[in-house]
Amino acid sequence: MSEPEEGTTTPSRREARRVRRASAKQRGAWYPRWFWPSFATPAIVWQILFFAASFYVILAIAFGTQDFFRNPLPVFQPWWWDFSTFTDQLGRIFGGVYQDVYLRTFGYVLTASLTCLLIGYPIAYFVARYGGRRKGLFLALLIMPFWISYLMRMYAWQSLLERDGYVNDVLTFLQVFQEPFGWLEGHGITVVIGLVYGYMPYLILPLYGQLDRIDQSQLEAGRDLGASPARTFWRVTLPLSKPGILAGLIIITLPMFGDYYTNALLSQSPRTTMIGNLIDLTYVTPGLAAQGASLVLTIVVILIVPMLWYLRYTARAAEAK
Amino acid sequence: MKTATREPVATTTPTTPRSHIPWFGNPWRKPRILEAITWVYLAWSVLPVTIAVLFSFNQGRSRSSWQGFSLTWWWEDPYESLFRNPLLRPAIFQSFRLAILTTLIAVPIGTAFAIGLDRWRGRPATAANFSVLMAFVVPEIILGLALFLSFEHLLTFIPLGTVAQVIGLVTWQIAYAVIIVRARLLTIGREYEEAAMDLGASPTKSIRRVLLPLLTPAMFASAAIVFADSIDDFVTVRYLSAASDTEPLSVKIYNAARASPTPAVNAAATFMLISTFTIITLGFIAYRVLTRGQRRESAVKEFVSLEV
Repeated sequence: MSEPEEGTTTPSRREARRVRRASAKQRGAWYPRWFWPSFATPAIVWQILFFAASFYVILAIAFGTQDFFRNPLPVFQPWWWDFSTFTDQLGRIFGGVYQDVYLRTFGYVLTASLTCLLIGYPIAYFVARYGGRRKGLFLALLIMPFWISYLMRMYAWQSLLERDGYVNDVLTFLQVFQEPFGWLEGHGITVVIGLVYGYMPYLILPLYGQLDRIDQSQLEAGRDLGASPARTFWRVTLPLSKPGILAGLIIITLPMFGDYYTNALLSQSPRTTMIGNLIDLTYVTPGLAAQGASLVLTIVVILIVPMLWYLRYTARAAEAK
Repeated sequence: MKTATREPVATTTPTTPRSHIPWFGNPWRKPRILEAITWVYLAWSVLPVTIAVLFSFNQGRSRSSWQGFSLTWWWEDPYESLFRNPLLRPAIFQSFRLAILTTLIAVPIGTAFAIGLDRWRGRPATAANFSVLMAFVVPEIILGLALFLSFEHLLTFIPLGTVAQVIGLVTWQIAYAVIIVRARLLTIGREYEEAAMDLGASPTKSIRRVLLPLLTPAMFASAAIVFADSIDDFVTVRYLSAASDTEPLSVKIYNAARASPTPAVNAAATFMLISTFTIITLGFIAYRVLTRGQRRESAVKEFVSLEV
């Protein structure tokens, strides 16, 4: 719905609004100053208390000290912060024992998200352009995975991929493998398949949203001016869908960087460990809290730019509606 | 001999497309390949889950080979079945307890915030909005661990367990309510409220009698989504659980799946699936009924836009 008041505020409109406001005030029907802020207060307090404060605790622990039993002693005063634990962690990441884990995580995330894009784009494109009357049905089917717990979807694959599971049954029947393959025994390919399966729906929907917004007449214009279907796609559709591609890729890579459960259910082997698993380990094992806090900080550093971009993208999309 | 002379003629005629497959060169052809990909994907996305659901009715212990239909793992087995296992049954109640409490707290706070944000563009509101959305997009493990460490070292008066779990869930579930209610506020505009006040209603009255009824559909929709998402959650809730008796069904499934799961775990997962689908369907129906005759796109489409 277009909202004439927002967006296109010309000086005269603003003036009109001020006049209206003044007259409303005279009639005594205007809101007191504190009225609207009071609505926002509970959420603001909540966010300060539980979101901002807990991130401060992460900083205080990552830059804090430890007692004899390696329990963290958080330091809440920035001027007493001690960066030795954190720099130790950085040493482990750059050239140390964790380097492989970080590189592997990047590799898995990149492979999985590009695979998602390759499979997801045609689907989003088809539903947006050719969905026609069945669009509602397609969309309902596409959102369905959102309401099935990620956990269950991975769990479902776990039993399919067992040595005597259906995947091996089909593959040995088709003579792809001579004997059952141990999918669950620590293979990167299994984890990537799991990630693709798990995050694909989250890529398709924003992409669909963007493709659906493309005006059909722009494609027709391309065709009328003599471009081939392939060229129209390459020069018109693809550039116009770029924000959707980027948004979709970001929305799936963010959780992938914190993903430990796909690995935990489909591999459990140190050969496929991702950053998320390292963090999860610090929760399970006592005495690693400072390390966990440092690892969290590294992920935040990696993800901060895509996160901010995504927030700006959604804010703009909301304004455009 | 004959074919060699005729072939070039065929390719140069203007009516025949360049491609060898006649329908492929036609720009108005049916997109068969795309349609095939879509249907194969949709089947692929649903099939594993369907199989997992079916195996909750397996007679034997196996989750990978079918041994006949039975309700053993739902309630027939006196000790290991979902509804009679002394660990799984309380976990069901814990799941619902967390989901209900989270919904009851997150939806009112989120709705109020969306209204406040829509009318008051002060700096604290913008910052809080940023923080709400940030909590929503940050990987869950980060927020979960941050809250866990915070409850352990800073907010030590809040015990781990149900209270901490609800706080953790609300912190990022508020976002759903904020996004959905804000979208609705943009569609309804401010005319109705202004009309009410022109007719002499006080600010509070115009909100209670005009704005809130108009926002009810959005609140129902966000309540359904928050509820379903809280039942499904297993990251935040696992990090903030105190002992095994505060672990909801999802966490039990996670733990069992890493050890030696029986089809009772399939039954538990199926139970969660049924709960979320029921609540989402109810929310969807409520949204449709409540917005009947109002300006809106197709309800499915609106539900989708809420999601993204």
